Amino acid sequence: MASEKIDVRYVAKLARIALSEDEAERFGKQLGDLLAHVNVLSELETASVPATAQVVESRNVERSDEAGPCLDRETVLSMAPQREGSFFRVPKIIGQP
Amino acid sequence: MTVQTRYEAVIGIECHVELKTRSKMFCACANEFGGEPNTKVCPVCLALPGALPVANAEAIRHMIRAGLAFGASIPAFSKFDRKNYFYPDMPKDYQISQYDMPLTLGGSVRYWLEDGTLKECKLTRIHLEEDTGKSIHGGGGDGRIAGSSFSLIDFNRAGVPLMECVSEPDLRSAQEAVGYLEALKRTFVQLGVSDVKMEEGSLRCDANVSIRPAGSTELGTKTEIKNMNSFRSVLRAIESEIERQIAVLESGSRIVQETRGWDEGQGVTHSMRSKEEAHDYRYFPDPDLVPIEVDAALIDELKKTIPVLPPERFARYRGYGMDPKQATQLVDNFPLADYFDACVAAGANPQASMNFVLSDLSRLANETGTPVNESAVTPEALAELVALVESKTVNSKIAKELLERMWAGEGSPKAIVEQEGLAQTSDTGEIERLIDEVLAANEKAATDYKAGKTNILGFLTGQVMKASRGKANPALVNELLRKKLE
Amino acid sequence: MNDVVKRSAAEIARDVNAKRISARDVTEAVLARVDEVDDRLGCYLTRLHDLAREQASRVDERVAAGESLPLAGVPLAVKDNMCLSGTRTTAASKILENWIAPYTSTAVQRMLDAGAVPIGKSNLDEFAMGSSCENSALGVTRNPYDLQRVPGGSSGGSAAAVAAFEAAIGMGSDTGGSIREPGAFCNVVGFKPTYGRVSRYGLIAFASSLDQIGPLTRTVEDAALAYDAMAGHDPMDSTSIDRPVEPAAPSLREDLEGLRIGIVKEFVTAKLGAEIDALYKRAYAELAKLGAELVEVSLPTADYGLATYYLIAPAECSSNLARFDGVRYGLRVDGADVGQMYEQTRAAGFGPEVKRRILIGTYALSSGYYDAYYVKAQKARTMSAQDFKKAFEHCDLIAAPAASSPAFEFDSKSDPYSMYMMDYYTIPMSLAGLPALSVPCGYAGTPAMPMGLQLAAPLFEETRLLGAAHAYERATAYAVEGAIAV
Ligand SMILES: [Zn+2]
Repeated sequence: MASEKIDVRYVAKLARIALSEDEAERFGKQLGDLLAHVNVLSELETASVPATAQVVESRNVERSDEAGPCLDRETVLSMAPQREGSFFRVPKIIGQP
Repeated sequence: MTVQTRYEAVIGIECHVELKTRSKMFCACANEFGGEPNTKVCPVCLALPGALPVANAEAIRHMIRAGLAFGASIPAFSKFDRKNYFYPDMPKDYQISQYDMPLTLGGSVRYWLEDGTLKECKLTRIHLEEDTGKSIHGGGGDGRIAGSSFSLIDFNRAGVPLMECVSEPDLRSAQEAVGYLEALKRTFVQLGVSDVKMEEGSLRCDANVSIRPAGSTELGTKTEIKNMNSFRSVLRAIESEIERQIAVLESGSRIVQETRGWDEGQGVTHSMRSKEEAHDYRYFPDPDLVPIEVDAALIDELKKTIPVLPPERFARYRGYGMDPKQATQLVDNFPLADYFDACVAAGANPQASMNFVLSDLSRLANETGTPVNESAVTPEALAELVALVESKTVNSKIAKELLERMWAGEGSPKAIVEQEGLAQTSDTGEIERLIDEVLAANEKAATDYKAGKTNILGFLTGQVMKASRGKANPALVNELLRKKLE
Repeated sequence: MNDVVKRSAAEIARDVNAKRISARDVTEAVLARVDEVDDRLGCYLTRLHDLAREQASRVDERVAAGESLPLAGVPLAVKDNMCLSGTRTTAASKILENWIAPYTSTAVQRMLDAGAVPIGKSNLDEFAMGSSCENSALGVTRNPYDLQRVPGGSSGGSAAAVAAFEAAIGMGSDTGGSIREPGAFCNVVGFKPTYGRVSRYGLIAFASSLDQIGPLTRTVEDAALAYDAMAGHDPMDSTSIDRPVEPAAPSLREDLEGLRIGIVKEFVTAKLGAEIDALYKRAYAELAKLGAELVEVSLPTADYGLATYYLIAPAECSSNLARFDGVRYGLRVDGADVGQMYEQTRAAGFGPEVKRRILIGTYALSSGYYDAYYVKAQKARTMSAQDFKKAFEHCDLIAAPAASSPAFEFDSKSDPYSMYMMDYYTIPMSLAGLPALSVPCGYAGTPAMPMGLQLAAPLFEETRLLGAAHAYERATAYAVEGAIAV
């Protein structure tokens, strides 16, 4: 199991959380400590064990293709931190998804 | 060898197609194009805190049918995964997609080129995911993202079911890429799984393009081309990119692996590298959704819903003697092609019915506004008419008249012919009697013919046909007339 | 204090249905109690005087019209990570500080339909991440038994409200112990049903594959009543269990005859100190005295539970909390571009524990670490569930501590991992999705603070679990001895 030091700035970038110098240092250390704890899992022999994504197994939960009511537009847009007319407004987008 | 022919292009297409359903992929909001912004949204597709997705059964059936149409394998087990990245038009900031266990795997798309050449492109996979909302970029940049200072977002499209078709790099030219896309489009439309309206953005595609020395089997460095909004722009964009790559290599430089945007106005691709963020999508199974199991019974049921598909039809129609353009037109007119196939199934000679379907019936449909398949002329009735012509019971002129009357609802052509005695006559005595009458009334014409004006024969034949009320066998009239005059 | 506030939910519903007291009068008494003590206790982030009175009047009308409602007039604390339409729903986070939910979660709606009256939205650790309520960004909740101590978490507000007679039923959510541990700390019953029994629709997600809603009550009978009202299949939650719910309230028992209760070999209570060790030994002896056969069972991977949990839960939370991005609702902190806006918004909106978990989860899912951390944890989870399966071959229920210690003083756990250790005994059951509860089992420490006995049952065996807990509670009545400080 990997045990290298976390590049906390890179992870924070992926998670889109700005970190202060102080936070980067503190979180970096805490995450390193936590990883040291979770590394005990490497003791478990899991080669032949299936992964569990959901503990109560079920399959094919689907809805029939019927349209229903939507939210009222004013309710929707009243939540917007910034709206413009009928739209949500955001600052300049840089880069492609 | 020209510079161009020294290189071979290798092209793969990733294509996103919105599925035709009544509701969105994971919620009950209407799946409809357009509408007032932000009116087709609910807690689920707006990603409000606490909302949860539930998969649309019809979208899953559409996917399996699309896979079956291309001969893909449908794995017994499939699941949804989250693709994590932040983007303002993606409400949850992850997209529900399928990573390592898509609904369909493999298969191939048979397509054809303008000259009728049949080709095939293998599919890697088709997987199911959800669409994003739409952004309008404002404050400079002419509506483009680059140069804009803010964006406005409409989430109506967010959560619309989307299938992503990924092809193998089997395409070798821009024409092949377009042929492949057209085949995808006509198959999806025929299956009823999508409307495939590019102008409404319901089909969007990116192309991976690389070139290599002709004959080489190694792959060159590829670029990904985006922003192609029509089949025409796909054609132009790929051609332009191939030319650009050739020029780069010819100048001794190397191709940079990157994403390039197609600029429709300038007719070139340009690099979209901004200070691109590191991408790490952190796929993992979506714990809000349960896996999909597809059993043999469902596959059998869905197989029965797959109609005759375009490539099969195209090849058959070509065999009937249609030229590629005619065959393509008929293939793309599904109701008419179904009608035509029904005529053939009813025993009609394919070539003969093809002429009726492509010319006379299509003209009538245009004139009256009634589609052929909804007209009073049933495939069985047309087959009857074709048989009457084939057996020379009626000549082509009478056949056209009969068709008009059948269109008007007068019923079986055989019955009309019998009731009105319209059957073509090959009774020599009767025809000779009519010839004598016509020659008697047109002495000058007969004299002229004998004097060498042989082209007057057509006029005389017409007169005899008229006298027979169109029933005389024209070939026989012609033959007998000539005998009489010589 | 009007004594009506001390009545159990069962008593209140019985009296309101019998029209011996009106829901409105019960509600006024409880609202007065809230106004009297909650400035000191801080159970509620939002008090719902108007909504409570409206709902109480509606309940009285329904009762007057002849209806009998299982929770008629029962005062309800709703944990503030559950949506209730028209009310502020914060998850105790700055990022949602002023968000008004436009829809109601299924579980809350079922409680309202059953006649419960929402008194307020109760405090929690931000996004339910914590074991003390100290991670709330919006308020401090104090333990009613000692105001210097924490109420536990994350459902600390609901637990304290029920203990302090500010509600008869508190709705909580449990991901790794968040109902059971505060239940133990506040001397109330905290019940987590089988994963999927209660719909998660409208519960602000922390870790989707673990989150489960359940009640906190002063009696086991009330827990059964609340469970009967809130459990059941919901088509809006794909992970909701589609099988009938056996009503628990009618099957409460007075003894444990014929039940085998497993004591987990690996859960060595001696590690918790002599006093606590003695307390749990006494609790197990009490179970035996009631007729249960005690058997030793083994959960070989119990020691790995914490590590498993602290990979799976953060991984899921890192994705679930991506939607808090400042685009559609909640806090936004402006930035020069959308990326900066995200980063500033999330930096300002999330507290340190939430950030820590998002970061660890992001890391565990990131490229190169996914298999080593996330997949490994999912496999360990399988082993944990298998452990329980084997253990339940030898017993009908498992008994264990509900927490590692009684309620501690504020700010006494500075190291995150020591806080995580509080859930050592509850996490394994969460990983396996089992129904489990904590029931008061005595007092420990100075001053003497309540402790909880945890009982767990196989999947779907809520009725067996509640039945046994009822027998234990009736025989011991530890909660009755307790005296709250307000
Ligand atoms: Zn929706």
